[in-house]
Amino acid sequence: MPDLLLRAEGVHKRFGDLVVLAGADLEVPRGSVVSVLGRSGTGKSVFLKCLAGVLAPESGQVCFDGQTLDTTTRESFRRRCGYLFQNNALFDSLTALENVALPLEQTTDLPDREVRERALEALRQLGLQDHRDRHPGELSGGMQKRLALARAIVTRPELVLFDEPTAGLDPLRRNAVFTMIAKYQRQFGFTAVIVTHDVAEALVVSDRVALLDNGRMRFEGTPGAFSASADTVVRGFRDSAAALGNTVSALRRGEQAPFEDP
Amino acid sequence: MMEIPMLRFLGRHALSSVHGLGGFALFMARAFAAIPGARRLFRRFVRAGHEQGVRCLPVILIVGLFTGLVLGLQGYYVLNRFGSEGLLGTLVSLTLVRELGPVLAALMLVGQAGSALAAELGIQRNSEQIAALDTMGVNSHAYLISPRLLAALFAYPMQTALFVSVGLLGGALSGSLLLGLAPGVYWSAVERALDPRDMAECFTKAGVFGLLTISLCAYHGFHTHRLRGVTGARAVSAATTRAVVQSSILVLCADYVITSFFV
Repeated sequence: MPDLLLRAEGVHKRFGDLVVLAGADLEVPRGSVVSVLGRSGTGKSVFLKCLAGVLAPESGQVCFDGQTLDTTTRESFRRRCGYLFQNNALFDSLTALENVALPLEQTTDLPDREVRERALEALRQLGLQDHRDRHPGELSGGMQKRLALARAIVTRPELVLFDEPTAGLDPLRRNAVFTMIAKYQRQFGFTAVIVTHDVAEALVVSDRVALLDNGRMRFEGTPGAFSASADTVVRGFRDSAAALGNTVSALRRGEQAPFEDP
Repeated sequence: MMEIPMLRFLGRHALSSVHGLGGFALFMARAFAAIPGARRLFRRFVRAGHEQGVRCLPVILIVGLFTGLVLGLQGYYVLNRFGSEGLLGTLVSLTLVRELGPVLAALMLVGQAGSALAAELGIQRNSEQIAALDTMGVNSHAYLISPRLLAALFAYPMQTALFVSVGLLGGALSGSLLLGLAPGVYWSAVERALDPRDMAECFTKAGVFGLLTISLCAYHGFHTHRLRGVTGARAVSAATTRAVVQSSILVLCADYVITSFFV
């Protein structure tokens, strides 16, 4: 029985008539990197927000370190959890240093000098020490991502949730972000849950992989098991590049090919 | 059969209004309840005071001066018909202190600080900055709203006092420099006209207007994501417009209620 830091059981979430999550489960062992894969619009980000307590599920439960998250435990959970938003969600009116210092200033009683030292240390660890007085709008996309990570880890959380950290990035930057996650996960020892579309990269950096489909986890296991799975949805997702090649080749030969509206 | 859709329409809007009022009351209550637990509140309070105070100073001074100038001109010509030009100071001071000062200053502050607040919070909501605060375990009411409400309690009365002072000066400029009324006559009328009750009315109005308008602007900006039928930049624009329009109406309604207690 692995030492679980986070466990989601039967999470249901709907928006009006639209059922997004229909009993999603996930187990996250302590110290591991878990990737949640899935097509666009399957509710991966909603699931992550339910894990973080930003959205309240209609039913089901999320347990962190053995405790069910509810109104009494959520605040302490949030202090032990970092969250990296897809668009970084940095405060554009604050400097890089102020952004990183914000969670320390607002959730701890540390003196100002220590807050500043710890924020500077986080910036230094992520190679942003020379940009501490710049505003997020003055930084490149990669720097903003690192700044968001610095803010997420400055409180030394046990768990960091990554919401599509590579969305909209080119392959080189995508690799750089995954490398960054792998590097700092080792360096700081946090447990990571990554929501992503990038199958190949996720399989490399993750200890476990889950595939969300139709509101439930279609697959949950090791990257090796994912690669070997005979499940049609898993195969469709995993072998999408090969399938694309076959479809385009068929179209070039003038044959009919199955085509799905994106 | 025609009455049913009409009744439905009225019922829906009545329920929606009650729901909105309840939401607004809860929002204010949360912001005040968050004050004791707010960390580094003073720093945020000073920043909010700067937004509502220093940044709004030019508009308060300009509008206050011209209000006084116009009051001086109009008042002088009306009083002159009855041979009572000596009461110009009384007319300008009572009008400014009891009514125009708090109301116009509040409207100017809504236009500048209130609209900026609604837009800023709306953008922060859209770009998930407020959600980021929640995930960090930061009380977003304590961080974003409470300091602004506290600052409004100080900034509005101070801005109103400035508005009235500059307005009185404007009245003196019109009456004395342009129309030849002796300055001593004007200022002694001002001194005789005002009593502590007038000042209490003025500052009560300013404080209440500040609290109501900044809360309402913050409420609309904070809940930009709940607007129906609009998203993104248009939602921010719609929330800001609602905030300014409703705050302006609220100032005039609250003015009537407070005045009825003081007269």
